[in-house]
Amino acid sequence: MRPVWKESPSPGYQAIKAVILGGFALVIVIPILVVISTSLASDKDIINAGGYVLWPSHPTFKAYQTLFSGGLMGRAILVSVFVTVVGTAIALAVTIALAYATSRPVLFGRPVLLMVLFTLLFAPGIIPMFLVVKQLGLLDSLWSLILPGALGAFNFVVLRTFFMNVPGELLESARIDGASDFTILRRIIMPLSKAVIAVVGLFYAVGFWNAFFNALLYLNDTSKWPVQVILRTYVLQGKSLSADQLGVHPPPQPQSLQMAVVVVALVPIAMVYPFLQRHFTKGVITGAVKG
Amino acid sequence: MLKPSAPKRQARNGLPLKAKWARDWQMVLLMIPGVLFLLVFFYLPVIGNVVAFQDFQPYLGIMHSEWNGLQNFVNLYDNPDFWDALRNTLLLAGVQLLLFFPVPIGLALIVDSLVSNRFRKWFQTIAYLPHFLSWVLVVTLFQQSLGGAGFVNNLLRHAGLDPIPFMTNPDTFPLLVVAQLIWKDAGWAMIIFLAALTTVDVSLYEAAAADGAGRWRRMWHITLPSLRTVIVLLLILRIGDILSVGFEQFILQRDSVGPGAAEVLDTFTYYAGVVGGDWSSGAAAGLAKGVVGALLLWGANSLAHRLGEPGIFQKRGVS
Repeated sequence: MRPVWKESPSPGYQAIKAVILGGFALVIVIPILVVISTSLASDKDIINAGGYVLWPSHPTFKAYQTLFSGGLMGRAILVSVFVTVVGTAIALAVTIALAYATSRPVLFGRPVLLMVLFTLLFAPGIIPMFLVVKQLGLLDSLWSLILPGALGAFNFVVLRTFFMNVPGELLESARIDGASDFTILRRIIMPLSKAVIAVVGLFYAVGFWNAFFNALLYLNDTSKWPVQVILRTYVLQGKSLSADQLGVHPPPQPQSLQMAVVVVALVPIAMVYPFLQRHFTKGVITGAVKG
Repeated sequence: MLKPSAPKRQARNGLPLKAKWARDWQMVLLMIPGVLFLLVFFYLPVIGNVVAFQDFQPYLGIMHSEWNGLQNFVNLYDNPDFWDALRNTLLLAGVQLLLFFPVPIGLALIVDSLVSNRFRKWFQTIAYLPHFLSWVLVVTLFQQSLGGAGFVNNLLRHAGLDPIPFMTNPDTFPLLVVAQLIWKDAGWAMIIFLAALTTVDVSLYEAAAADGAGRWRRMWHITLPSLRTVIVLLLILRIGDILSVGFEQFILQRDSVGPGAAEVLDTFTYYAGVVGGDWSSGAAAGLAKGVVGALLLWGANSLAHRLGEPGIFQKRGVS
């Protein structure tokens, strides 16, 4: 309902707003569309268009078949999926446990909370981090991408704030019925917080999927490279993937292949994100305001 | 003579430690994995910063490398590359603050005043998406669009014009960087202002309207002041972060525009330390950056308190 005191919308202002927002949205969407179209275009389309295709006239999945047929890129996809799935699972378990334990007034709760919050203030730096990972023998191991990212202070704050808002009476009555803290976490807290856990899970998953610098820093072995490093090396820096690295002879048009790499890096995120989008505001705000 | 027995150690709410342990041991168990992660991957590296005070040799390790006091910091002070990196960092941070910071506020004001809910939802869905894309992907998309062989320059060539070197010109690099930042994060940064706008008391608008304030006056006297707390909060966070302008973004573009324009403190640390093998200089630069960043954050926050804003850390401590 429009409140009575508000003037009726002026067509002029409405048009200006639509142009600004529409323009912003188009600038976001067009590069993504061009990349997807080009990845699907046939060799002929690409040559005719002189590089980029706005709409493929004969869509083909040849570039994707090449990517998924194994070789360096096929392995990179497996690496990224592994790091994302395992990393998100570990990170969620660790963060949920810590957030729940510090969300109630318990023994050691406060010092531990301060320990986490201090990480928001100060970053240890690249060199010492590298030395620690090296000392632990994690260089050239996929665990070097997973373990250092297993506890994000922001995600911790989001979850903890949410857990703190679960009414204490609910937990008290469960305790009287004989439930342990583990049971309460599993049977009461987690089912109540599904939405916010899903959002935090998405934040973690995106972080692991997008891991680039850690991979550059810790992994020398090209067979362990995740998708983002491949994207940088073979698309951004323009090194060409040789037929051996692809495992397919002959390789298709490099342009569509490169764009297919871009799309592979992009699509998993574009696919899960709409389902969680409506929860964003709540999660981000609880985290930001209380943080 | 009988001594009065020492009072049992009391926990704050009156229970003895032992009873608390009996009550809370499961909670303490739940904390252990998280605490271990913090110790190994945060506090251990924090201590590892001592290499900044050593002549660190990888084959000797931290325990056997020689201490050299503040020599690494003196070396940094004499290193022109370090000063270039610092200057670039501050320049880029300044440009970002000036050009990026107002954009999400403006977007939020427009979106909040939209009549059509459908258009609003549709716009938000698109605007949030780039935040979730990696920097590699964002830089790649920019390169495919604006690069020498990108489609914008393709169009220019078709139109008979000269291509423009958007991606490789060191002079316009700060603008390119801000454009990328706006593309990636302006929509996402809008979220927090939108949320703050939903909490504005509608009766304020009503009263102002009754007093004859038009839409611009209502925006100036009600909407913007109610965003003030959030704006101050975000400014503080930004100031605390001023020395981290965006590591991946620069490392990805350092080759194409050259270190003269794209070397920032983080990339300096990486190239001096990990690539160049001068571990101690890298660590010293990293440590200096971390300490100054923390001090800036703390200073900005106490300034906010003085101005009567809540800031990020409440005075009575965190909770």
